Amino acid sequence: MRAQFVAREVSHGLRRNLTMTLAVIITVAVSLGLFGGALLLRAQVTTMKDFWYDKVEVSLFLCGKGSDTASCAGGAVTKAQRDQIKSDLEGLKPLVEEIYYESQAEAYQHFQEQFKNSPIADNVRESALPESFRVKLSDPTKYEVVASAFAGRPGVEQVNDQRQILDKFFKLLGGLQAIALAIALTMLVVTVLLIVNTMRVAAFSRRRETSIMRLVGASNFYIQLPFLLEAAFAAGVGALAAIGALVLTKAVLVDSIVAPSFQFTSFVGWDAVITIAPILFITGIVLSGLAAFFTLRKYLRV
Amino acid sequence: MILFDHVTKLYANQERPALDDVSLEIEKGEFVFLVGPSGSGKSTFLRLILREERPTKGAVWVAGKELGHLSNWKIPYFRRQIGTVFQDFRLLPNKTVAENVAFALEVIGKPKAHINKVVPEVLEVVGLEGKEHRRPDELSGGEQQRVAIARAFVNRPMLLIADEPTGNLDPGTSVGIMQLLDRLNRLGTTVVMSTHDSNIVDQMRRRVIELEGGHVVRDQSRGVYGYAQ
Ligand SMILES: Nc1ncnc2c1ncn2[C@@H]1O[C@H](COP(=O)(O)OP(=O)(O)O)[C@@H](O)[C@H]1O
Ligand SMILES: [Mg+2]
Repeated sequence: MRAQFVAREVSHGLRRNLTMTLAVIITVAVSLGLFGGALLLRAQVTTMKDFWYDKVEVSLFLCGKGSDTASCAGGAVTKAQRDQIKSDLEGLKPLVEEIYYESQAEAYQHFQEQFKNSPIADNVRESALPESFRVKLSDPTKYEVVASAFAGRPGVEQVNDQRQILDKFFKLLGGLQAIALAIALTMLVVTVLLIVNTMRVAAFSRRRETSIMRLVGASNFYIQLPFLLEAAFAAGVGALAAIGALVLTKAVLVDSIVAPSFQFTSFVGWDAVITIAPILFITGIVLSGLAAFFTLRKYLRV
Repeated sequence: MILFDHVTKLYANQERPALDDVSLEIEKGEFVFLVGPSGSGKSTFLRLILREERPTKGAVWVAGKELGHLSNWKIPYFRRQIGTVFQDFRLLPNKTVAENVAFALEVIGKPKAHINKVVPEVLEVVGLEGKEHRRPDELSGGEQQRVAIARAFVNRPMLLIADEPTGNLDPGTSVGIMQLLDRLNRLGTTVVMSTHDSNIVDQMRRRVIELEGGHVVRDQSRGVYGYAQ
């Protein structure tokens, strides 16, 4: 009986306020969709960091004949200097995970491979490319430890961290994510305001019913429940739409459009979508429930 | 049943209290008329009994409870013991007679079987058998008020509060409503009703409490309306 009564009231209410209900559904869908997009972008950045930080290395370029930095004043690096650098790097274990020495000949060879079809390859001579130590760190964020130990040391021309280049890119993605998040939060505020207003209109349009309910001794819970369920229902539908958009983004935009063109990096997996979906749903329901509850407390007092 | 103990009610932003130091008692089973000119405090008196308002000073007791100490969540359960009827009927226009009465039971969570049993019973008590499926706009004023009384009575309250129940009705119809209220009173329900209508009060010869400017100026068993002090 109770369930039947409440279901009837909710469906009546939803139909009576159809335009408002639609407005709530749409704003919830848009705001949660943006929110989900921001979370997905963050997951993407995390995935890319994991992928790339695993591959980036710190390069110690050694002085060659033509080097003109202060640390290369003594001319090309000597064997003693090179051996000292190598053993010092080994002393930095376990931070230093792998050390790989690249001679000028190897550097030249790599260069030729990299720019196979480009005229640059023909213009570079072997002696112009420096020999180097390529170092892989167990924790790429601790780059400074290596930099401070070797930068400026005689025989080392330059210490170069690939991560810094990547970080510029990640900062850009982070900025995009922050903008998406800011828009999403603004939209969520709009959504809350809209729900507050919808509840006010709903409470007003049903003031006759609610005043009779109060009169005959219906409990507050019973009076408010149909309104709360209406808000939760609209928010739930909106959240499902947002989740649908998220799934589409992953399946179509990421997997079918972007990923095939950028095969050198990895993209967010379905696990991110599976984590974000319930967050969106719960955020939608809880937010609308709270907005409705506090509005009704004011407008449906005993 | 009802006890007013030095009750004063001063509404916010009002200089003169709507009720001023009112003390009186109404026994179980009584039928009480509340008379007095418009603005004398009748509705305020009734709203205090329903705990729709709280007294500014003093205490109101109903059914052994001091309403000032009734916590908010208990108010609905308290109101289930009281039936209320108003001048403007307060029916739901898009529900039938039977649905309007059933609504009062649905919203306090009564089981469907119980509702199906008691609604026809009470409609018979108020003389509306055969009109269960009409809507309020297909009924006369007197019939609409009978629906409202059926709704107030369906839960068999111990107390019936009626604020000018005949105020919108012609004299002939009013008599019928008064006979109905009298019958419910004889079934054991305490009735407190406010009215302007001197004929009714004179005919019924029940207890009369007269208010004027928030003061009780007369409290007389078996009174008539216009009886000069
Ligand atoms: N909600 C209210 N707020 C302020 N003043 C009110 C309110 N209700 C009634 N009053 C005032 O209290 C006095 C008594 O009103 P009321 O109890 O309605 O009298 P009656 O029902 O006898 O006409 C009047 O002066 C009225 O203006
Ligand atoms: Mg009045």
